[in-house]
Amino acid sequence: MTSLIGASVRRKEDPPLLTGRGRYVDDIRLPAMVTMAFVRGQVAHARITAIDTEAARQLPGVLGVWTAADLPGLPFTRSVPGMERPCLATDTVRFVGEPVAVVVATDRYLAADAAELVSVDYEPLPVMATIGDALAPGATPIVPGQASNVVMEMPLSEDDAQVQIDAAPRRSSLRIVNQRLAPVPIEPIGCVADWTADGLTLWATLQAPHPVRNELCVMFGLSQQQVRVVAPDVGGAFGAKASFYPEYILTSELSRRLGRPVKFVETRSESMVSMTHGRGQVQDIVAGYDEDGKLLALQVKIIQDCGAWPDPTGSGLPILTSFMSGGCYKIPKIGASFRGVTTNTTPISAYRGAGRPEAAYLIERMMDVIADDLGMDPAQVRQRNFIQPEEMPYSTQFPVVTYDESDYPRLQRMLLDKLDYPALREEQQRRRGTPGARPLGVGTSVFVEMGGFGPSAFFEQFGYVGGWESAKVRMNPDGSLTLSVGTSPHGQGHETAFAQVAVDALGGIVPMEKITVVHGDTAAVQEGIGTMGSRAMAVAGPAVQQASSQLLAKLTQVAAHMLEASPDDIEASDGKLSVKGDPSASVSLADVALTAYKPHKLPAGMELGLEYTHYYEPANMTYPSGAHGCVVEVDTETGKVHILRYVAVDDCGVVVNPLMARGQVQGGVIQGIAQALFEEVRYNEDGQPLTSTLVDYAVPSAPDMPSMETSHLEVRTSGNPLGVKGLGEAGATAAPQAVVNAVVDALSHLGIRTLDMPLTPMKVWRAIQSSEEQSA
Amino acid sequence: MIPSQFDYLRAGSVEQALGLLTEHGDEAKLLAGGHSLLPLMKLRLAQPAVLVDIRRLPELTALTESGGVLRIGAGVRYRDLEHSDLVRRTAPLLATAAATIGDPQVRARGTVGGSLAHADPAADLPAVMLALDATVVVRGPGGTREIAIKDFFVDLWQTALEPDEIVTEVRVPSTEGRPHAYVKFRQRSQDWAIVGVGVVGGADPRVALVNMAMTPVRATGVEVALADGASAAEAAAQAAEGTSPVSDLNADADYRRHLSRALEAAR
Amino acid sequence: MKHDIGLTVNGVATSATVDSRTLLVHLLREQLGLTGTHVGCDSSNCGACTVLLDGEAVKSCTVLAAAADGASLVTVEGLGSEGDLSPVQEGFRQCHGLQCGYCTPGMLIAATSLLLDNPDPAEEEIRSGLEGNLCRCTGYQMIVESVRWAAEHGGAGAVAAAERDGARA
Repeated sequence: MTSLIGASVRRKEDPPLLTGRGRYVDDIRLPAMVTMAFVRGQVAHARITAIDTEAARQLPGVLGVWTAADLPGLPFTRSVPGMERPCLATDTVRFVGEPVAVVVATDRYLAADAAELVSVDYEPLPVMATIGDALAPGATPIVPGQASNVVMEMPLSEDDAQVQIDAAPRRSSLRIVNQRLAPVPIEPIGCVADWTADGLTLWATLQAPHPVRNELCVMFGLSQQQVRVVAPDVGGAFGAKASFYPEYILTSELSRRLGRPVKFVETRSESMVSMTHGRGQVQDIVAGYDEDGKLLALQVKIIQDCGAWPDPTGSGLPILTSFMSGGCYKIPKIGASFRGVTTNTTPISAYRGAGRPEAAYLIERMMDVIADDLGMDPAQVRQRNFIQPEEMPYSTQFPVVTYDESDYPRLQRMLLDKLDYPALREEQQRRRGTPGARPLGVGTSVFVEMGGFGPSAFFEQFGYVGGWESAKVRMNPDGSLTLSVGTSPHGQGHETAFAQVAVDALGGIVPMEKITVVHGDTAAVQEGIGTMGSRAMAVAGPAVQQASSQLLAKLTQVAAHMLEASPDDIEASDGKLSVKGDPSASVSLADVALTAYKPHKLPAGMELGLEYTHYYEPANMTYPSGAHGCVVEVDTETGKVHILRYVAVDDCGVVVNPLMARGQVQGGVIQGIAQALFEEVRYNEDGQPLTSTLVDYAVPSAPDMPSMETSHLEVRTSGNPLGVKGLGEAGATAAPQAVVNAVVDALSHLGIRTLDMPLTPMKVWRAIQSSEEQSA
Repeated sequence: MIPSQFDYLRAGSVEQALGLLTEHGDEAKLLAGGHSLLPLMKLRLAQPAVLVDIRRLPELTALTESGGVLRIGAGVRYRDLEHSDLVRRTAPLLATAAATIGDPQVRARGTVGGSLAHADPAADLPAVMLALDATVVVRGPGGTREIAIKDFFVDLWQTALEPDEIVTEVRVPSTEGRPHAYVKFRQRSQDWAIVGVGVVGGADPRVALVNMAMTPVRATGVEVALADGASAAEAAAQAAEGTSPVSDLNADADYRRHLSRALEAAR
Repeated sequence: MKHDIGLTVNGVATSATVDSRTLLVHLLREQLGLTGTHVGCDSSNCGACTVLLDGEAVKSCTVLAAAADGASLVTVEGLGSEGDLSPVQEGFRQCHGLQCGYCTPGMLIAATSLLLDNPDPAEEEIRSGLEGNLCRCTGYQMIVESVRWAAEHGGAGAVAAAERDGARA
């Protein structure tokens, strides 16, 4: 049989999505369903002195209006312990967009009208919209019960490596602002809660239904069989739909009170201030190295903007950043620490890459800065420091971080070949000598990140039951297959990829079209964890493979019995099982499957049925890596950056579906380029958001983005039997520094050493202006 | 996402629309393509009580030429300008600029009259009409009057239109055969111009700027320099003269002044 | 204020009573049950709500339902069916032009309208023709390839072509 692993199978998911037959949360309509709308705080920090809900209550079609005071005992949302966030602001609003009250009406138009009629009186408190303001002496602590706005402070190494830095022959330092981003899945957050005598059902835009079920049970004192959480089709997530939002609790509680299903779907302008943001780090980096550019020590001090309420995932981001700060390099000593700081802004949590892009950015920017400071080629500085393939698996100084098999030097060589790097350097020089020519720059990013999030002992810190994943295969009596997985996709193509894995593990006996993949429903799927941290293929993939293999073994035994042969002599092929070397001795899969459900036709003692569940616990995380390169030219008159080429070489281990892998890389790269050039969530000094619509928050469209050249180096990981590492976050991790390195490279002859993202035309133009003024 | 309550009224004629405007006074707004007004209403930044729909009035959709003047009904859409051979020939700057507005879906709805009446200094057509030295024809209860485009834009989102008047037509003198250019600088393709420059060259050159003041403005310094025989580069240096650009999220005033010069030089 | 309107939706004559402020997208989704057309923003930027109105792509979140009285609409449900995809739909399937699928209906309609205007678009023309539609998953390149595929395999498709012809007539 030809393996389907590595085949560009067209997606099983597509036909309904292409014909308007998808089912997203807002498409769900239940009998007697009503709509909830929020009244949100309009100021960034203020005490609530009065809320007048009377006019809203009087509006026809309004079922009720509730403030925090009207819902005593309402559970808090998922928070860092000791910093519990109420679903509705109690006495204080801490960021613009924080919910203050809810209204429920018979339709969304009336709900919007009613929300508009609720008036809230505020007594202003000092606003700390930036880390600087929040850290100022005497700044008011934003979270109640905290002594200051530093809500977390943690060293991740024994010391700060200052001794080794001081001892190094040379040092370079860099302050990086990794700006705040909005994830902007095109589908905003939404949910429908239906609380009946049988229990609670919540349909929601989720990445991880089982954990949300578990949390709702704790919050409402229900047992887990009483709560069903469903993620239907989910319109993009990028980490932001792994957070837990107050709306899940409020729609549930209001459904219980009203005895009707309650729907909530946020608008985009709400989403821009309510859905968690990502990134938001300020990093102070110092590298110590020798005259050859060999790294001796790295000091990483991170300030993580947590927003107004620290999110359990968000506050863990700088831990991941610290762990990955050494990148692809042998660095004898890393001193890493971070502080988490609250500000009067939207809470920050995971966004595609979640902590690792911030690490890849800092170390890859630093490599270029070192090269610049030494007058060396940045490719050469990297070569001096790469971890070599024969050193894999490579244990970093951080005990949970052991890199699996890859070949960083080869990835870089492949990239430089594809770029024709020497020719680009020549062209760069030629342009520098040509008056009026636009400067050319080339930037590279050799990166490694974390995928396959687990194992349980590590992953449970993030609030999950474990770091495993599950798969259940059930062969139906007609030989078709129902495959249930614990992960919950939102565009990745799991139905196709997992079916490919199953077909492969079943020896090709079942065709793709006879497999249905079930996911995202706690009532239909065995226990599961969810989709985040590039873990689906690396953790659920092996579970599918193992469960399928067990099923094949059973089918083989049944067929052997039917054919009166030894199981060792049975081979599986397209739709049938045969005796090796005797094609006439065969039984169809359908006959075997049916027989497996007929105890009187089975050998004595053989278990009835064709159903296998496997829980796969990974031994380690995986470490997807790659080398990306970007070629830009800069219009020095306008400051606009033009991307001429973008080249990606990725090592995600074994590629299951090249077509979908290409989609993952390209989608991630574009988000990374958007971070580098376009996007930033901004606030004014009063904490008012300045980017709360898609007019102001610059998500790029097709003409704004380049075509990319993508390819793979497939180095199997020994970390799992499929050899896969994960790919969902690699592009977003790789791209920002490839672009920024290219722009800084283009302008380095003007004395420009670094620029903070996003590299908007005005920012680039200003940098050119001030460098010209300085040299004048 | 949801506008507040209002009454939608569709006018059957300009006459009827004028009557409705008079009847409802300040509470009424005209609706044409709706791509400026409806987004504001959905965010509840505008809450008119009455919308008078004039989008499909046949008397506003004519697009003809006579006597060297292109007559564009107020209801003509950007898409029509973009695809009209007549416009491409007699006012190529207009066709070029129209093709850069918003995106194809916006261009299928947005109208010439709506754009001028909304008078957003960041919009393309107001400045382009200034460069084309157009005349705006308006009708009110007292009849029809013509307003020279240079007198039409009064301030930010304010025009010489009276509240009970309707733009019915824009008359554009033919610039057939004359060189033209429209340079629009923005970061994203679907963004408004950070700065835009519209130029009709030849004798009596006219240059107009997008987003360089509270209204679209003529770059008179450039025009004078060009008329005096200055090179394009020399003339471009005068582009920001007399402008008063705003500072916003994408660009401060200095950058805008610089861009106006750079774009004019680059056209 | 209520309005009784009549319109053709995916070839079917349809009547509805709408409020003055009812947005066309909500008429489609909530009154007519055509949930394939999506809402992704409130500022007419994302294009997820794009439908063909009299043969041209418009953003149905920025059109009043009352103002669509008498119009002919095609939504994603009307382009083709699972067993009979239009060339554009098939192109997206062949070239992996979609991931989460949420922007896809609007993207398909915008691409269809683009092919009606320009049956043989170059890459740059496809990109600018789709400038009004945001996709956060794909990075656009495979969408561009999907539209190119459609251009080479039948173009906008029969339904859309008939719609454009009907509007001209």
